Amino acid sequence: MKALVVLFALAAQLALAAEEPVRLDSAPIDPRDVASLQSGARIFVNYCLNCHSAGMMRYHKLLDLGLTEQQVKENLLFTTDKIGELMNVAMTRKDAKEWLGTAPPDLSVIARARGPDWLYTYMRSFYRDPESATGWNNMVFERVAMPHVLWTLSGQQVQEQRKFKNMEQAEAVGRQQKSAWKIDVLTPDQAGKDGERFILKTIRTETAGSLSQIDYDIMVRDLVNFMTWMSEPNQITRKQVGYVVMLVLLVLLVLTYLLYKEFWKDVH
Amino acid sequence: MAAAEKQAVTGAGPFNGLLTWIDQRFPLMQTWRSHLSEYYAPKNFNFWYYFGSLALFVLVIQIVTGIFLTMTYKPDAAQAFTSVEYIMREVPWGWWIRYMHSTGASFFFICVYLHMFRAMLYGSYRNPRELLWIFGMLIFLCLMAEAFFGYLLPWGQMSYWGAQVIVNLFDAIPVIGPDLAIWIRGDFVVSDATLNRFFAYHVIAVPLALLALVVAHLLALHEVGSSNPDGVEIKNVKDPKTGRPLDGIPFHPYYTVKDTFGVVVFLVVFSMVVFFAPDAGGYFLEHNNFIPADPLKTPAHIAPVWYFTPYYSILRATTDEFVLWVLAPGVVAFALLLIWSMKKSATRIAVGVIAIVLLAGLLSLDAKVWGVVLMATSVMIFFFLPWLDRSPVRSIRYKGPITKTALSLFVIVFFVLGYLGTESVTEGRTLAAQVGTAVYFLFFFLMPWHSKMDKCLPEPERVTSK
Repeated sequence: MKALVVLFALAAQLALAAEEPVRLDSAPIDPRDVASLQSGARIFVNYCLNCHSAGMMRYHKLLDLGLTEQQVKENLLFTTDKIGELMNVAMTRKDAKEWLGTAPPDLSVIARARGPDWLYTYMRSFYRDPESATGWNNMVFERVAMPHVLWTLSGQQVQEQRKFKNMEQAEAVGRQQKSAWKIDVLTPDQAGKDGERFILKTIRTETAGSLSQIDYDIMVRDLVNFMTWMSEPNQITRKQVGYVVMLVLLVLLVLTYLLYKEFWKDVH
Repeated sequence: MAAAEKQAVTGAGPFNGLLTWIDQRFPLMQTWRSHLSEYYAPKNFNFWYYFGSLALFVLVIQIVTGIFLTMTYKPDAAQAFTSVEYIMREVPWGWWIRYMHSTGASFFFICVYLHMFRAMLYGSYRNPRELLWIFGMLIFLCLMAEAFFGYLLPWGQMSYWGAQVIVNLFDAIPVIGPDLAIWIRGDFVVSDATLNRFFAYHVIAVPLALLALVVAHLLALHEVGSSNPDGVEIKNVKDPKTGRPLDGIPFHPYYTVKDTFGVVVFLVVFSMVVFFAPDAGGYFLEHNNFIPADPLKTPAHIAPVWYFTPYYSILRATTDEFVLWVLAPGVVAFALLLIWSMKKSATRIAVGVIAIVLLAGLLSLDAKVWGVVLMATSVMIFFFLPWLDRSPVRSIRYKGPITKTALSLFVIVFFVLGYLGTESVTEGRTLAAQVGTAVYFLFFFLMPWHSKMDKCLPEPERVTSK
């Protein structure tokens, strides 16, 4: 019982010095943009589908993106030779654990768990960290085991910290950033005499990659667009069916209302 | 009655012969008449009276979609998560069936909560409808069990850890708790064995009980007759010639057409969720449940689905401080109130003894135990409403300001507790949940007094039209 009280007290202390979560950028995705989805599929198959599986997704479903069977076979089929197969990878979970420290999660429905905004911000928030095992860290996912696979495209980023005296100032500067930012809040004791308790953390590109920042953002947009589509490939059909169902129901609504009023005419 | 003595069925055109043949061997027309065409329901039902038939409609949706889901779902820890995605992606129209089932679960609770609130508004549980109310409460308990067992089946992180948390509650019961928890799980942690037995409960045991109780609920309703927004008995004023209640109308066709219209309105709202927002922003399908169950990774934030969150809040609000500073004084104050209002000295002594035993328990047992007790009480206390409510009138229309304030407060607190249960714990939120918990229980425990002392208006002789 006393332990619980101590825990509560500790939690209260920690809460004061806690990190604020990263402000997520809104992902400008559109599940109807077929060109973007096709581009995303290409990026996904080339860069992600070596370590990560998408084991609940069948290659054949890619035909829904306006591709022909031939196009899928020639451009997107690397992990198997049959289009009816699932998007699995050769690496076993056991090997993955040994090589990477943790097995990379299956990405079939990851967009429904994390949300597109999280993925979009995450893929644009890696930075160099000499203290981590892979040499990379991430603003959204502290000490993530995944290295920055797209670094040749995005270039190399480093984290920058700036101290502020109040939250509003720190937030104002943060909002001007084109990439992820977060604010850590220190307790007055930790801050020292100058009272600068609010640490704005941002990332800055140190060496450029083969893509400009705008082109890299577009590429991540396409990738996240594809992953969001893949998390529920029937979502377009679902909405289309929905409109028809609503139409039928509205007709039924009028009919049943008139029927009800007709029967109830003699009830006073 | 011998077969030949029954009158031939008329009015069914070409089916007269067939129906007569059946009716002479089965109480067909008698059942039709006593439950539909000659069951007289008050003519003044309002908006709140749709939710009984709607709950029945959702039950049908759940059973039909459930049958189809069972055809492709695999109750196996290694395959469950994937088989749900298989339904979502590869079974023709599987996504539709699954979304109807998952959305149906939430809408079942919406309908049942509104149905129960209707009973609280208009005193539908009052004499002679106590047993009707008890059957309804048993249905509610079955529904909670059904939802809990069903939620494990997709085998996502929230399925797994939600079940882990709830089963561990039994662990808090003194002496038998730990063994009981293992017995429920069939293992030391939630595992394949747990998934298999929860599947059995979800698709066979609980639905059977649920259906039987629904039949009992309807039989009890038709025995005593429906109440209405005025809370007066339509049986009291009958047509002297026909013996039919003057304010009653046959359920069929009047309420069958009205409820059909209600079903279509329901379907419009229901379909908006199913087709355009099936996860309802994470409230109907939680985001974390799209991550497969991992017994080694405890999520930072475990929350049940929205319909359980008020009770979950009460569980979390019960800290050591709450037991010491609120519960213990509460027991003393309530015991004194009871002793003061009791006449017999034997009952007074009994109340005193129970209070002392409770107090000793409160001060010696762990707060976790009392959290579980409070959570269970917060659900079970509804059973006692027919006896807690001692107002001279049934309907809120004729009740006074005290009841109106108390009921409004209760509704607000129910929503606040529900919201807090979905959020992670902070100091401020725990305090809010503790205040909410206190108000929640005061509403019920003080009802015998506040309902009696309230200044009520006289009830009308007959039902009033809107």
